Amino acid sequence: MTCTEFLAQLDDMLDQDVAIPLRADLQEHLRCCEHCEITLNTTRKTIQIYRSHELYELPDSLRERLHTAIMAKCRKC
Amino acid sequence: MQAFEKLVRQYERQVFRIAQHIVQNREDAEDVVQDAFLKAFEKLDQFQGNSKFYTWLVRIAVNEALMRLRKRRTGRMVSIDEDVATEEGSMPRDLADWSPDPESMYGQSEMADILRKTIQGLPPGFRVVFVLRDVEGLSTEETAESLGLSIPAVKSRLLRARLQLRERLARYFKKRDSRSSQDGAK
Repeated sequence: MTCTEFLAQLDDMLDQDVAIPLRADLQEHLRCCEHCEITLNTTRKTIQIYRSHELYELPDSLRERLHTAIMAKCRKC
Repeated sequence: MQAFEKLVRQYERQVFRIAQHIVQNREDAEDVVQDAFLKAFEKLDQFQGNSKFYTWLVRIAVNEALMRLRKRRTGRMVSIDEDVATEEGSMPRDLADWSPDPESMYGQSEMADILRKTIQGLPPGFRVVFVLRDVEGLSTEETAESLGLSIPAVKSRLLRARLQLRERLARYFKKRDSRSSQDGAK
């Protein structure tokens, strides 16, 4: 397996959506290719970091203001 | 009306986050949230029920957000296809491992700033796919339906969005690494 072929399966690897026979080939490639192993690990980390940080929180005061405005507009419809 | 209010309560945070990721401006995001729920309310009779209400709502919100971006850019067309032809991120270049763990190197708010700056640099058509799939946890099918894209298009954009973010974060973390080692050498 080449790095390009590995990369084509990267998303399925990350989403754990790889068919069993292919999984063995991918694992075999990872064993001998440090670059792909790093790409897999750091891409996995990228997703995990984004998932675990709330970048745009909606503060309660703003949430209440928005909620009131939405419902007032809907009632006018 | 009470049932709709319950739906607003249930989804207002998610819609606000998605809107902020697209328009990158709090005031515009507030307008998008209001307009999206109002439009959903007006079109409620058109909701078929063959998709989830949330997926349908996200589609409305994404369209509202893209319209808002277009207005801000004085009428220039902004679509989900913008800038997606770029080759950036299709092949990883920066192949240094991240060590120590980036989260041990930065405080919560510093890390949040880095993540915001990094994701803001992605073209909207990649950003929104990454946000829906990886941040908000929609399935590939739901993301495709929300954005009016095919499943292969979502998969291709997600891969490139993930790789571009990884590449950009790697550059960021490396900077910090070289600064730390310079500091250490003093």
